Amino acid sequence: MKTIIEKVWDSHVVHQQPGAPTLLYIDLHLVHEVTSPQAFAGLRQRGLKVRRPDLTLATADHSIPTTDRNLPILDKIAANQLDQLEQNCRDFGIQCFGVHSSQQGIVHVIGPEYGATQPGMTVCCGDSHTATHGAFGALAFGIGTSEVEQILATQCVLQRKSKTFQVKVDGVLSPGVTAKDIILHLISKIGVGGGTGCVFEYSGSAIRALSMEQRMTVCNMSIEGGARAGMIAPDDATFQYLAGRQFSPKGAEWDAALARWKKLPTDEGAAFDHTLSIDAASIEPMITYGTNPGMGMGITAPLPDPASIADPRERDSMVKALKYMGLEGGKPLLGHPVNVVFIGSCTNSRISDLRSAASILKGRKVNPSVRVMVVPGSQEVKRQAEAEGLPQIFRDAGCDWREPGCSMCIAMNGDMLQPGEYSVSTSNRNFEGRQGKGGRTFLASPLTAAASALSGVVSDVRRIM
Amino acid sequence: MKPFTPFESRLVPMPLDNIDTDQVIPARFLKTTSKEGLDKQLFYDWRYDAQGNPKPDFILNQPQGQNAEILLAGDNFGCGSSREHAPWALTQFGFRAVISTSFADIFTQNSLKNSLLPLIVPADVHAELFALVANQPEARVKVDLASQTLTLPDGKIIEFPVDPFSKTCMLEGVDELGWILKQEPSIAEFEKQMVGTLNTLGA
Ligand code: SF4
Repeated sequence: MKTIIEKVWDSHVVHQQPGAPTLLYIDLHLVHEVTSPQAFAGLRQRGLKVRRPDLTLATADHSIPTTDRNLPILDKIAANQLDQLEQNCRDFGIQCFGVHSSQQGIVHVIGPEYGATQPGMTVCCGDSHTATHGAFGALAFGIGTSEVEQILATQCVLQRKSKTFQVKVDGVLSPGVTAKDIILHLISKIGVGGGTGCVFEYSGSAIRALSMEQRMTVCNMSIEGGARAGMIAPDDATFQYLAGRQFSPKGAEWDAALARWKKLPTDEGAAFDHTLSIDAASIEPMITYGTNPGMGMGITAPLPDPASIADPRERDSMVKALKYMGLEGGKPLLGHPVNVVFIGSCTNSRISDLRSAASILKGRKVNPSVRVMVVPGSQEVKRQAEAEGLPQIFRDAGCDWREPGCSMCIAMNGDMLQPGEYSVSTSNRNFEGRQGKGGRTFLASPLTAAASALSGVVSDVRRIM
Repeated sequence: MKPFTPFESRLVPMPLDNIDTDQVIPARFLKTTSKEGLDKQLFYDWRYDAQGNPKPDFILNQPQGQNAEILLAGDNFGCGSSREHAPWALTQFGFRAVISTSFADIFTQNSLKNSLLPLIVPADVHAELFALVANQPEARVKVDLASQTLTLPDGKIIEFPVDPFSKTCMLEGVDELGWILKQEPSIAEFEKQMVGTLNTLGA
């Protein structure tokens, strides 16, 4: 009896030697401009080739501007990095959805979108949110640049087996509560180190009821709970999503793949190292208030009071976080002024996220004191949104509709908060300075972000639904 | 990689939990295509004010933060982004070990590949080290990877865990890629078995 985590692991062991970590084969290696240049330089230094360019896919996302792509890139350092990605991909024969590609997008949006991500695969990328691809029942985890180089050269990576952690979410979500709230709720329960050394498997009726895009939102933030990967067993929703996509198997190969994929779900009675159960009905729309994603709460709750924390270092960390955020313990967060709303990132920039934000913004106006940026996850998402008339809804409401990329999730491309500004952001990290030096981030769902954009303050979307 | 030799150093205390890699080196410095020169950007936003002047109350700007090789940090150090720029910046600044009760997984792997030792101690020893450095900022501790021991000024010896494979690589200064390349026959054999199931991305 095995979990899906063990099944995928076991089927990718290339070599196992006592005293050494497992040599694991990687089926799909995704590459982006920020964590790859030093790896390609390493290959050149050693005179190595890319072993499997046909299992490698690159895109430009992190440092790419979200303004008109026909304009030159003003940031010379970013431009150089983007050029290097395309040059490296040409030199080593890797398919690259670069700056001007009609398939460009955030790496964790395009992988699934083009069917490159599939059940039972091992997927790596020099990016911690590689966990996203686990929504398809893939074992997908982030790596550092040394490991990027290892995989480029050998298609393998050395790994130590993780512990298994079952997160069971049963019941029905209340109106206004989304996949983002499930994962923020989990992380607020276990903390940012709660899943360290583990791979999550999300299961239960509330997870089954999620669409593929919603499942990606959940798996995406596994790393924020400390787990390197998070998986959801594939089912009919998975297969339907994948059917007919560019890199999905076709014809007889599809049938064979489907037969393999159907054997992946965790066997009845398989044991996990840890298990946690969550009642979906108990989850409120969530928001973070602090400087790590574990500092989250139901949106109607009061801020925690540091005075009530016994452990001195924990208390100091909370005091420091609230000070950075300019917030006072014990007070509510609802009604707190907001300067910027960011709808985007590999967590919440897919078409269903944009539809959900648009459903709130349609026919309304955002508060004039708020700058609202809507950044689709990919060119494909952008095209779909255009076909549905979403950009017009956003523009009419007073939002800025931009080109695809990571944008203000990581603030590398000039899209950023000014010191002291507050954002409600659908991204995944609220670390100090993450969205711009001195910027302050409240993480929430697209619904909560849209509601807060309208009112100009942190708002409970349920009141206007 | 240079072999990791035993050393003695003062401790640089940073008593905060969950220090993430965005703090270790902010994302805007990741536009570089090189591994060099990152020491200047280490903890940049904690280290410098908006005008780029050193903040006097930050430990790395104080004598205690200079010329020391061990960072003593709160729980769960290195969480967040997978950027290997974090251990690159730490080692270029001069750190050879970070002591905490726990480290994020990716940070651990990245560090071990860059001769930076993520040294795990139990909570009581962790507290003792913070007390030690508070009372005697000049106190030096010894780190010996071969025997996996941390020796305190009073002679007390604390053993720490480390993955045996990474330990050998660090002690001998060999890098993992060299080792993996030697497994070529196994890799080729695996690929042979997987023909037809690997999903190639035909252009
Ligand atoms: S959207 Fe944000 S979290 Fe996602 S890959 Fe880009 S920078 Fe990383």
